[in-house]
Amino acid sequence: MSEAPGQGPSGETRSYHGQPILKEPVWKWEIPVYFFTGGLAGGCAGLAYLSELRGERELSRRIWLGALAGITVSPMLLISDLGRPARFLNMLRMFKVTSPMSVGSWTLTVCGASTALAAVNAWTGRFPRTGAVAKPLAAASGLPLSTYTAALLANTAVPVWHESPELLPFIFASGAALSAGAIGVAAMPPGHAPAARRLALGAAALEGPLMELMVHRLGRYGKALRAGKSAKLANVSRACIAGGATLLYTRGKSSRLASVASGVLLCGGAMATRWSLFEAGFISASDPGNIVGPQRAVIRSGARRGGARHEARVGAADPRIGSPATTLG
Amino acid sequence: MSGRSDSGLRHAIRESRSSESGVIEVLQVRARSTYGDEAHPRMGFFTDTSVCIGCKACEVACKEWNQIPMSIKGFTGNSLDNTIALGANTWRHVAFVEQKVPLDAREDPSLVEIAARNGAVDAGVQTYQEGPDGLRWLMASDVCKHCTKAACLEVCPTGALFRTEFGTVVVQQDICNGCGYCVPACPFGVLDRREDDGRVWKCTLCYDRLKDDKEPACAQACPTNSIQFGELSELRDRAEHRLAQLQDAGQENAQLYLADEEDGIGGAGAFFLLLDDPEVYGLPPDPVDTVRDVGEIWAGAALAAVALAAGLAAAVFGGRR
Repeated sequence: MSEAPGQGPSGETRSYHGQPILKEPVWKWEIPVYFFTGGLAGGCAGLAYLSELRGERELSRRIWLGALAGITVSPMLLISDLGRPARFLNMLRMFKVTSPMSVGSWTLTVCGASTALAAVNAWTGRFPRTGAVAKPLAAASGLPLSTYTAALLANTAVPVWHESPELLPFIFASGAALSAGAIGVAAMPPGHAPAARRLALGAAALEGPLMELMVHRLGRYGKALRAGKSAKLANVSRACIAGGATLLYTRGKSSRLASVASGVLLCGGAMATRWSLFEAGFISASDPGNIVGPQRAVIRSGARRGGARHEARVGAADPRIGSPATTLG
Repeated sequence: MSGRSDSGLRHAIRESRSSESGVIEVLQVRARSTYGDEAHPRMGFFTDTSVCIGCKACEVACKEWNQIPMSIKGFTGNSLDNTIALGANTWRHVAFVEQKVPLDAREDPSLVEIAARNGAVDAGVQTYQEGPDGLRWLMASDVCKHCTKAACLEVCPTGALFRTEFGTVVVQQDICNGCGYCVPACPFGVLDRREDDGRVWKCTLCYDRLKDDKEPACAQACPTNSIQFGELSELRDRAEHRLAQLQDAGQENAQLYLADEEDGIGGAGAFFLLLDDPEVYGLPPDPVDTVRDVGEIWAGAALAAVALAAGLAAAVFGGRR
């Protein structure tokens, strides 16, 4: 905590015995892992579909399998994180645009079913007519599947998640591209997946600068991304992505081992980035100064009036009405 | 409850615009369109902290009536507060704040004297001063705010959280699957998941008692009428007079918290009269319903999805095979 909690002289951020104002999320490790697997599945579906359009059938086939793996693990992770896993179907009780989790549940359902059909068709050639519909559907629904998770985090009261709704989804999109490209280069013999290689290298180059830009734009809120576990995971992410991209660029066309290793490193980097963002939310929520300070600053600036009002809206007090001794009715 | 139909909601908003009193009306007209004859005026709490004596009867009554599990966390040293915060097993929480107000900074020798002279004691303000440093003790019973614009309700993917016919916000325990989305969405940190149970729990404003025309347990137990229950419009009227009374009595920092529809949550069903700034009691000074920004949030996600499509296409078609 940057300010000492408690009641200090004026100008200092005050708090209630240093207690947090927000509750930390109850989500566990399954959620950041899902951010990775969901993005991987979404990115892979798009890459597989487009590769097939370009006529790269073998690459496409293998990436459909990657998409299938990601989309199979994803709901398992989400259900496992529920407080009442047996009630997972309640997620489809309604459709609410104000709840990214509701939109995401439906997106995952559509993308999951169509990816399964697409993969079956790609590998067996069966159900050609269904496959012709399922493939573009999986690719299209894979796009929001990759970015709605950013909307999910942004649509909370946690400052580090809430205050950057324009950049956060781009980091999730770049992570999806990164992991899809990584699956592509790892799945094919060296030099046989130039599209996946381009995708992986491009996304690897974007991810770091996007994160830096977001931390910069977040200003004071961005400190949560430079603290504790979040900072450590960001370092892991940078190391994995730098190592993986270097390996892929220098040895990826000649060595199978190098391309597989770079794929693993890049996937690890994509997951660590999301985990770092995830952890930052806990740090951001646990610090009352992080809530009170900026909210006070906004009120002082006159941009917002805040939740409290000092002036009574009655001219003169009538004690018969205002006194707590009188009863209602 | 998602409401019967969009047209019902549009109708509600149109009707409320033509009336004078704004947001309460939106909820009440909505209640009529959703609940028909069962609709009820919006009910709420006015917690007047100036008369709170910190007895914690509200905490106990709430636990008893709602059969809430034990939540002993040991001794905190935070004045007399060992409950710490609202949560899954704490639906009323009494905050204790000890403030040192140096007396020599003032012209008058004792705040008790000032208070007595200005009528604060007559007005029943339950803060006192003692010693040369002047110790002021603030107490306040916190509760779920039952926001007009309730983020928890809007982000709940299952519809377990709903708006009752009394305008309150309640979790349906037979629906909640413990996804936990409402927990970080609440700007007050009210909701939490019960560890052994897996579901989210919070104040129901004694929905069961309201259905039986009884007042909530905490309000009934409160010995000083610090917790007042009633129709929200009436409570707001009372609160204005009480605020004017306290201002007259020299309590310059007395303030109404969450009493107005212009604030970030559209006003609360449970609002407060505080003697110091909200953050001193552990309340956010400018709470905002996150769903206010959901359009911007979705626009960002949609733009990023389009960028991802462009990136994929560029990688696949933008070079040799």
